[in-house]
Amino acid sequence: MRFQLNDDQRALRGGVRELLAGRFGRDRMRACVADPSVDRRLWRELGAAGVFGLRLEEMGLAEAALVFEEAGRALLPGPLVATHLSAGVVDGAAEGEAVVAGCDGALVDHLPDADAVLWLDESGAFVVDPAELVTVELRSVDPMTPLNRVTVRPAEGRALPGAARLRREAVLLTAAQQCGIAGRTLESAVEYAGVRRQFGRAIGAFQAVKHLCADMLVRVEMARTAVHAAAVTGDPVETAAAKLLADEAAVRNSRDCLQIFAGTGFTWEADVHLHMKRAWLLSTRFAREGEIQDALASSLPAPGIW
Amino acid sequence: MDLAYTEEEEAFRAELRAWLTATVPTLAPRPDPADWPGRRAYDSTWQRMLYDAGYAGLHWPAEAGGRGATPTQHLIFLEETERAKAPYVGAHFVGLLHAGPTIAAEGTPQQRRRWLPPILRGDEVWCQGFSEPEAGSDLAALRTRAVRDGDSYVVTGSKIWTSHAEVADWCELLVRTDPEAPRHQGITWLAMPMNADGIKVRPLRTLAGSREFAEVFLDEVRVPVANRVGEENDGWRVTMVTLSFERGTAFAGEVIACQRTLREVAAMARRNGSWDDQTLRRRVGRLAAEFSVLWRLIQWNVSAAQDGTGVPGVGGSVFKLRYSQARQELYDTAAAVLGVEALDTSREWTVDRLSSLSYTIAAGTSQIQKNIVAERILGLPKGP
Repeated sequence: MRFQLNDDQRALRGGVRELLAGRFGRDRMRACVADPSVDRRLWRELGAAGVFGLRLEEMGLAEAALVFEEAGRALLPGPLVATHLSAGVVDGAAEGEAVVAGCDGALVDHLPDADAVLWLDESGAFVVDPAELVTVELRSVDPMTPLNRVTVRPAEGRALPGAARLRREAVLLTAAQQCGIAGRTLESAVEYAGVRRQFGRAIGAFQAVKHLCADMLVRVEMARTAVHAAAVTGDPVETAAAKLLADEAAVRNSRDCLQIFAGTGFTWEADVHLHMKRAWLLSTRFAREGEIQDALASSLPAPGIW
Repeated sequence: MDLAYTEEEEAFRAELRAWLTATVPTLAPRPDPADWPGRRAYDSTWQRMLYDAGYAGLHWPAEAGGRGATPTQHLIFLEETERAKAPYVGAHFVGLLHAGPTIAAEGTPQQRRRWLPPILRGDEVWCQGFSEPEAGSDLAALRTRAVRDGDSYVVTGSKIWTSHAEVADWCELLVRTDPEAPRHQGITWLAMPMNADGIKVRPLRTLAGSREFAEVFLDEVRVPVANRVGEENDGWRVTMVTLSFERGTAFAGEVIACQRTLREVAAMARRNGSWDDQTLRRRVGRLAAEFSVLWRLIQWNVSAAQDGTGVPGVGGSVFKLRYSQARQELYDTAAAVLGVEALDTSREWTVDRLSSLSYTIAAGTSQIQKNIVAERILGLPKGP
């Protein structure tokens, strides 16, 4: 048993972090807040770097989860999960030539830019023509993610094999993004607590602040372990558990980060709210808290069975 | 990154499982929890069986008499013994998990020869004399004095929360040998024989009604200088060498046991109708996620130990913070399923619920753990 990142995985994580810092720095990110349409050039760059097609090239779900954790950390926008899952299924998805929006039956993201929609719910997996969807546009809480609510189920679509697997992977890769948000907000909070001074000392010296940060770290470690484990085993119960813990880590860590930034955190200029809003959005995608808990409870084996 | 065990590890598991299957059913019934001499005898018999089968001190280095097993093999041992419902380390906890490893790491060859084999065989029981009434979370504030007199230290003071003091042969004792030195630099580690003159043990009753630990009063107790492990005034470092390698594996068996209890709780809820309550079902679902990930966290930490990476002690603090809380929530949920029966202390879950309250206190309160995590892992500044 060697449940640790190997050298290749560490290198992959570092490479993706570097790539995103270069191609999607803070200026680009804030520009996207002002205009959330998908940046086709960036999309092709992500395609060229293998973000969408990496599993056609002999990499596994564990590697994909690492890449998506970095994407979450960088607040990378766009229908990343749906386009990744469409690689090899929808022409141009692997290369980033096509934008494939994701729909979990209730919401579809980035519909205005979508070349195709990947529909993933209990009924199965389908590739749907965006023009076929009847929707109502929302004023999305996440300024980087346009959202539409589906009002009428589309009649036709190209059914895909392996729907259960696709849905499980959508849940896992969304959870991985949430880990990235949880980790990034922890880093921001710790950094700020080390430089912001009140009462003559860094606020991080006060236990009230320290304990918030320690709680954040515990959530990150649990969520990350859960995502790694689910990526390695592919087990549906572990995947559900990973989403539950990662959602909680992202939502609560971004809230605690905001609390540590205090007044500054409540402003539009600070980035904390962008993490929190993305965490809110992702926590509703593909699997939600209550339904996960119900599923976990009903999947508990009887005593005596191991 | 994988969770598959190697062929060698699976072979170790198979051999151990075969031995447990043959051995555990032959054990005598467990003694009454209040019968301390009975408990000691029971725990020692089990330890001797482990020793004879070659499983004693599995993870101790070979030169200390152990088997030099890898962290993963040790984890397999903890998992399999719990699944087989084999006895827990019990009265030998301090000897096998702290005093022994400390002597193995810091003791002289004579000290190792004297103390390690009886620990491994289950012949001698150790207790821990660290905390004092005025030195709890702030352990370095300890005041029990040891004054050198020829070949002996003369020790006076008091220790508290000492588990197994009533049946122990030896006490790993922290004493102050230099009251003038900075707090961490005037402390010495001694092995004190519990039959020495001047020792008085007063059992303390826990809120669960049991007598798990004691207060120990020391009045001019003479401890030979030869019983000192490490240098005089170097006891803080000597102690921390072992403590800092704790990675949460001490609770590995308990996580397995908690998963079993959760299944039993769900089964009872299905029988008695409380499963109809969605809130309760969701609490159970949440706990299922919690314990399954805690087990994965142990595997993560053990793999880091095997690689020699990661920060020792860090995984342990993170794990303990989350595990202690999950354990308390498990037994609160069990109480919700039991209903009024949860008020009956003849119910095992009621006693376990009471005992679970110690988990956020013992071995470093959750508040102290958070300070450790914040300062040593996250690098936040020391407090005012």
